[in-house]
Amino acid sequence: MTATQKSPGRIVFIIVNTIIMILVCIVCLLPMWHVLMASVSDPIALQKFKGLLMTPIGEPTHKGYLLVMQNPNIFTSYINTIIYVIVGTGLGATLTLIAGYILSRKTFRYRRVLMSMIVFTMLFRAGMIPQYLVVNALQLTDTRWAVILPSLLSVFNITIMRNAIEQLPASLEESARIDGAGDMLILFRIVAPLVKATFAVIVLFYAVARWNEWFNAMIYLTKRELFPLQLILREILIINQNTVTAGADISSGLDNYKELVQYATIIVATVPILCIYPFVQKHFVTGVMIGAVKG
Amino acid sequence: MKLISNIRNDYQKNRSIYWLCIPIVLYYLLFCYLPMGGIAVAFQKYSLGKGIFNSKFIGLQNFTNFFNSYYFWRLLRNTFLLSFNNLVIGFPIPIIFALLLNEVKNKNFKRTVQTVSYLPYFISVVVICGLIIDFTNANGPISQVLALFGMGNISLLGDPKYFRTVFVSSEIWQHMGYSSIVYLAALAGVDQALYEAAVIDGAGRWKQTLYITLPGISSTIIVMLILRVGTLFALGFEKVMLLYNPATYDTADIISTFVYRKGFEDYNFGFSTAVDLFNSVINCSLLLITNKLSRKFSDTSLF
Repeated sequence: MTATQKSPGRIVFIIVNTIIMILVCIVCLLPMWHVLMASVSDPIALQKFKGLLMTPIGEPTHKGYLLVMQNPNIFTSYINTIIYVIVGTGLGATLTLIAGYILSRKTFRYRRVLMSMIVFTMLFRAGMIPQYLVVNALQLTDTRWAVILPSLLSVFNITIMRNAIEQLPASLEESARIDGAGDMLILFRIVAPLVKATFAVIVLFYAVARWNEWFNAMIYLTKRELFPLQLILREILIINQNTVTAGADISSGLDNYKELVQYATIIVATVPILCIYPFVQKHFVTGVMIGAVKG
Repeated sequence: MKLISNIRNDYQKNRSIYWLCIPIVLYYLLFCYLPMGGIAVAFQKYSLGKGIFNSKFIGLQNFTNFFNSYYFWRLLRNTFLLSFNNLVIGFPIPIIFALLLNEVKNKNFKRTVQTVSYLPYFISVVVICGLIIDFTNANGPISQVLALFGMGNISLLGDPKYFRTVFVSSEIWQHMGYSSIVYLAALAGVDQALYEAAVIDGAGRWKQTLYITLPGISSTIIVMLILRVGTLFALGFEKVMLLYNPATYDTADIISTFVYRKGFEDYNFGFSTAVDLFNSVINCSLLLITNKLSRKFSDTSLF
């Protein structure tokens, strides 16, 4: 068998494999396609419809999106989520860079003590109620800090950062020290620019986790004006409390729009991310690979 | 004191390091170590009015109550089975997917499939669960497809029989592409010269996969497996919380969702903390054991 001549078995394999790959793509895309089509369908026809939508049924309408746009909860919580993502990721990533730097300093006597202290929190967690009691005692409940602070740092990300900094050539730092540079200067002027790629990965990891977060917000917040998007989505999609249609007058017929609003909400909450991810995915690939190397 | 003079000496050398340490140490003390003091609640008949310092100490009573309760075995079984099914079915699939994708020779097609397969990973948990609920209700696409096979018009999430299947399938859907990244990277690292040598020796594709590819990525597989086994009881509970309902508690209720309900719905803080502590101890021992075993057998460890 030469490289150019393929055996019949090989050809069958290639065909079957291609079909499997296409099926995987379809299965990954189909649910969102169904939601997209449903979100512009006729609400009454949609309620009676069973199965998977390939095209919108009934007269296409953008009424669902109008209702979502008019929902002040969605708008406010979108803004809140953006605040949580930016502040949480900014603080978290910066402290992770600092922690990575400290933990890679061989001259720092208590480096190992600090590392053990950090790793131990990954092994053993105090638990839900003790954590709640502390956040409560610190009087953080019902403030934005209750969402931002408890999940500020990730041991996994700190380890990735430490490994990246340890791999930098020692000579760079030595020559900076001879020139009289202190740790602050070395960290922010020399180390930081060199670990830019790893830093980007960590920013993405934190940002995705922040975007997804709802549980802490649920237990620490009662003020609706502080709720992140995911918590409002949970009300609309999971608990089925539709703030758009629930308060409406029955005679307005808005009740029929409940499903339509759910679908439109999913699109509004997901499309921004789905537009961004193909461009940042290569960073995730790098991140997963760094993470797979022993921490 | 020797320690103090040691710290003072080290501080003279690493002044800025110590200042930089402050926010990090503060974070871990406040949000990880201070709560560990709160574990005391597990041994108390905690009352919200009296607080942690004045509530009555009752020893191990919260624990014995839990071990003797009807829930104990159900929670243990549900947590283990949900996690175990997820591991046994969910673990090999990304490997198989990576192997198949690796056989695709057209670069553009390969890249497209890869990108598309990551898509579900980037949808938030809440939205994923919204989709699952919608797709598995009686009129949803999945129930309709199953109806073609004579399953009748049923809402899958209303029946405890199907909870694990729905959970595991959706986990696979969401994570298959993303989890395959690490295997694809390992596959790219396998020495191509080995394949050439194998062809000369007359090994077919199947034999090449069996004797070159799989051994080539086996260390990655082992590390991933250890990670998964170590966190077997630390199953992400957010998704369970979004998907289960009282009708499916029989198979869906896991330790952490029970902890949540006892704590934040029944305000039984002492009991809830005791159950949580039990879970933490299992998690911790499982991680330590798997780490030790992997260090012994494969020279790889997590910490």
